[in-house]
Amino acid sequence: MSTDATLSFEEAMEKYDPVLGFEVHVELNTKTKMFSSAPNVFGDEPNTNVNEVDLGLPGVLPVVNRTAIESSIKIGLALNCSIAESCTFARKQYFYPDTPKNFQTSQYEDPIAYDGYLDIELADGTVFRVEIERAHMEEDAGKLTHMGGAAGRIQGADFSLVDYNRSGVPLVEIVTKPIEGAGSRAPELAKAYVAAVREIVKNLGVSDARMERGNVRCDANVSLRPHGRERFGIRSETKNVNSLRAVEHAVRYEIQRHAAVLDNGNPVIQETRHWHEDTRTTTSGRPKSDADDYRYFPEPDLVPVVASREWVEELRATLPEPPAARRKRLQADWGYSELEFRDVVNAGVLDEIEETIAAGASASVARKWWMGEIVGRAKNADVDPGQLGVAPATIVELAKMVDDGKINNKMATAVLDGVLAGEGTPAEIVEARGLAVVSDDGPLLEAIDAALAAQPDVAEKIRGGKVQAIGAIVGGVMKATRGQADAGRVRELILAKLGVEG
Amino acid sequence: MTELNPAGTDAGTLIRLSAAQLAAKLAAGEVTSVEITRACLDRIAQVDGGERGINAFLHVNAEEALAVAAEVDAIRAAGGPEADALHELAGVPIAVKDLIVTVGQPTTAGSKILEGWHSPYDATVVARLRAAKMPILGKTNLDEFAMGSSTEHSAYGPTRNPWDLDRIPGGSGGGSAAAVAAFEAPLALGTDTGGSIRQPGAVTGTVGVKPTYGSVSRYGAIAMASSLDQIGPVTRTVLDSALLHQVIGGHDPKDSTSLPEPLADLVAAARTGNVEGLRIGIIKELHGEGYQAGVENRFNEALELLKDAGATIVEVSCPNFQYALGAYYLIMPSEASSNLAKFDGVRFGLRVLPTDPPLTIERVMAATRAAGFGDEVKRRIILGTYALSAGYYDAYYGSAQKVRTLVQRDFNAAFEQADVLISPTAPTTAFKLGEKLDDPLAMYLNDVATIPANLAGVPGLSLPGGLADEDGLPVGIQLLAPAREDARLYRVGAVLESLLEAKWGGPLLAQAPDLAGAPALEAQEAK
Repeated sequence: MSTDATLSFEEAMEKYDPVLGFEVHVELNTKTKMFSSAPNVFGDEPNTNVNEVDLGLPGVLPVVNRTAIESSIKIGLALNCSIAESCTFARKQYFYPDTPKNFQTSQYEDPIAYDGYLDIELADGTVFRVEIERAHMEEDAGKLTHMGGAAGRIQGADFSLVDYNRSGVPLVEIVTKPIEGAGSRAPELAKAYVAAVREIVKNLGVSDARMERGNVRCDANVSLRPHGRERFGIRSETKNVNSLRAVEHAVRYEIQRHAAVLDNGNPVIQETRHWHEDTRTTTSGRPKSDADDYRYFPEPDLVPVVASREWVEELRATLPEPPAARRKRLQADWGYSELEFRDVVNAGVLDEIEETIAAGASASVARKWWMGEIVGRAKNADVDPGQLGVAPATIVELAKMVDDGKINNKMATAVLDGVLAGEGTPAEIVEARGLAVVSDDGPLLEAIDAALAAQPDVAEKIRGGKVQAIGAIVGGVMKATRGQADAGRVRELILAKLGVEG
Repeated sequence: MTELNPAGTDAGTLIRLSAAQLAAKLAAGEVTSVEITRACLDRIAQVDGGERGINAFLHVNAEEALAVAAEVDAIRAAGGPEADALHELAGVPIAVKDLIVTVGQPTTAGSKILEGWHSPYDATVVARLRAAKMPILGKTNLDEFAMGSSTEHSAYGPTRNPWDLDRIPGGSGGGSAAAVAAFEAPLALGTDTGGSIRQPGAVTGTVGVKPTYGSVSRYGAIAMASSLDQIGPVTRTVLDSALLHQVIGGHDPKDSTSLPEPLADLVAAARTGNVEGLRIGIIKELHGEGYQAGVENRFNEALELLKDAGATIVEVSCPNFQYALGAYYLIMPSEASSNLAKFDGVRFGLRVLPTDPPLTIERVMAATRAAGFGDEVKRRIILGTYALSAGYYDAYYGSAQKVRTLVQRDFNAAFEQADVLISPTAPTTAFKLGEKLDDPLAMYLNDVATIPANLAGVPGLSLPGGLADEDGLPVGIQLLAPAREDARLYRVGAVLESLLEAKWGGPLLAQAPDLAGAPALEAQEAK
């Protein structure tokens, strides 16, 4: 693997103006595949979620998945796109063994959604508008695993295994128009754009949106031009950049690499690039010209998809609040500071806190529990906080017990651990462990009498006005009640008993 | 000439009865399905194999067919609701073109590339045959992937025409037509992309119907040209086609292009044939020059008969039909080049490894396709790939689609003036085996009268019009109706058929020569 020369990012920015473009593939989480009734499930035994259609056996025909169309329209609407009243599928033809029919059924001339935009908010609050050219429907290919040879690549492999479980999984490909004017914020914008798309499709519920599983995959196009020039430079297309961090790094790297090529007076080669997470570099893929001949023609086995205006409006009415607007609203409602709110978002417990508040907790209590207790436990368990198994009702119940003085904060965290250990509801655990704060004065008075009798000299000091000596008696009572007494109440009772004003 | 005694139940009679007649005998308990099925299987054994055999069958499905027949007989014998629920055609055997996939039997599409392949699923039409409990006799020969007009492009040898063993049975469905004409099967399924049901029907003296596009599910028919392909009946009578069409037709959720509405009562249309007051349009462009004199004569006689029966004969012009053949030979190969891409040796069928290294997937695909496809298939793949290529798409595929629209408009205009259109099915009678094998253009011209219906999606029916004066071979008459009006074909076809049979004194096939070495026929004659 040769190492390409790069310029420093700063120098590249001094000399050149980057233009970006993204193709983001979103796998839809429909029950069945785009054109067949086989299950759309990730991670099963290879070649089990397939039927004759997915394998492209002789004689099969595709049937469009209505839910996939709905999801695609929702994505289009969330990206502020126009929705085609009628659109068609086409065959994109190329021979490759992960594509069973040796053509991909896709959309070509008339995508279901077109001409949209997405406003991207950068970290400092700058809003950058990214224009969306189109969002079209297509089917995913199978997954090839190259065996033998180096680095799992097809070059030099002894043989390849193919899993068609993914073949036919519904995809929506979101294509931006060329993004100009990002300047040195291009890498940050790249990451923020993909993050926003990911958040939108997750928020819509149309995709599991897990980048590590390839639910959201990004091809990043980068080109440079000297400052002040209108015409775009030659672009490279870095394929399958599959984490948000990688998107940022890949765009940054390609800017630096292009700058070095141009600086040396060479033309950038129009090609695909492979991203390598380990070295944070790209390597040359295959040449890609605008004239790649896929011999597209209208898919004769499918009839046009007609999206009536009524249907589109029905779907629009079901759209959830856009993520950015929702965040603004929640921060204001909850009264969190910028920093507190960002921490909540970064910890991924926005939904959980919202649900906990909806279940009856105050905003500060919800944040205290999720950020203070649960996030840390989730990290230790290596799962998402929401996956840990804490129901909003549990937190509400714990908080109420503390408020009512039934248990103290220390006990409450112990009860939480009990809940996580599957011991039952907080009330059951408190009961089973005998954890309730002792508030019946009878047993307390007995314990106080015993403590005073055990330390008559201390009792005398208190009577004599040295109220600060009371700690020793309180300590004795707490010890006798195994910490279950309410220390404040104990103090009151001791003072009353000794006839001393607190 | 063989006299047929419809009351008989001997094998020689059974194989010659129509499906409707067999169904009536089964219902009346005069004969069993096992007897009928065995008679057909015996006939296949007698006439299909050997050097001068018909070679209509690529696979004979004797065991399963007899088992289904026995099941039907048992249900009928037991009586009760299950017997009452039996389909009218239950127990009537059928042959299936080997382009249609079947569980339990190989499906080859007439190609080496699928030799030995067994489908794990049934075509929708096959599932419907099974639901009707019709014994499937086997799979019939065809031009490879249905590409041809003579069945000579089969990788498994040509089928012979029962009227003259040195002549072609038409194509691509020569196997189904010959099987029905040679009394090997009372019914068969065909597929028709540019005439592959109707033209073999014409040259073998049988009835063939290409239904309205979408009338019959294509699920499980190995696609040649998706926008043109349609499965349909191959039979000896118009009524039998209607009966079979009714079994296989109707909406199928697995085929997005299948029509949503239920079928009209096609059987009733065939039983109550009537042309009184009907306007029948002669298509000016589809007869005359280029058509054999004997074909023209039989065609004109048919017009006279229809006129006498009360129809009004009008002449219509479809000026764009002259471009139909050219447009067809761009659209069909374009779609075929794409549909046949899946035959690559990766997942099923033949896999050929290149003899020299390197052993890459591209080279395995190339070697497999080079060895597995025949010349005509390669010719069409190359043509279609070229027509869809960047820079040529508009000139070829794009222009062809425009012609297609014009052909549809011609039909629309013609159906303003006429209720049904009529033409000869094919310009000539059956030509000799090998005669046009080296001249693809001459072969393609055979489909000149059948192609327009596929381009427009309208239904067409071919029925025997008699024998040509010059060669004594069958001539086909084609009826065409507007889309979704398949019932009209059966209504008019049934009238013309009965008038012609009255003239001939029986079915045309009764005039077919006896096939050598067929004891069942000799037994019949001995009576």
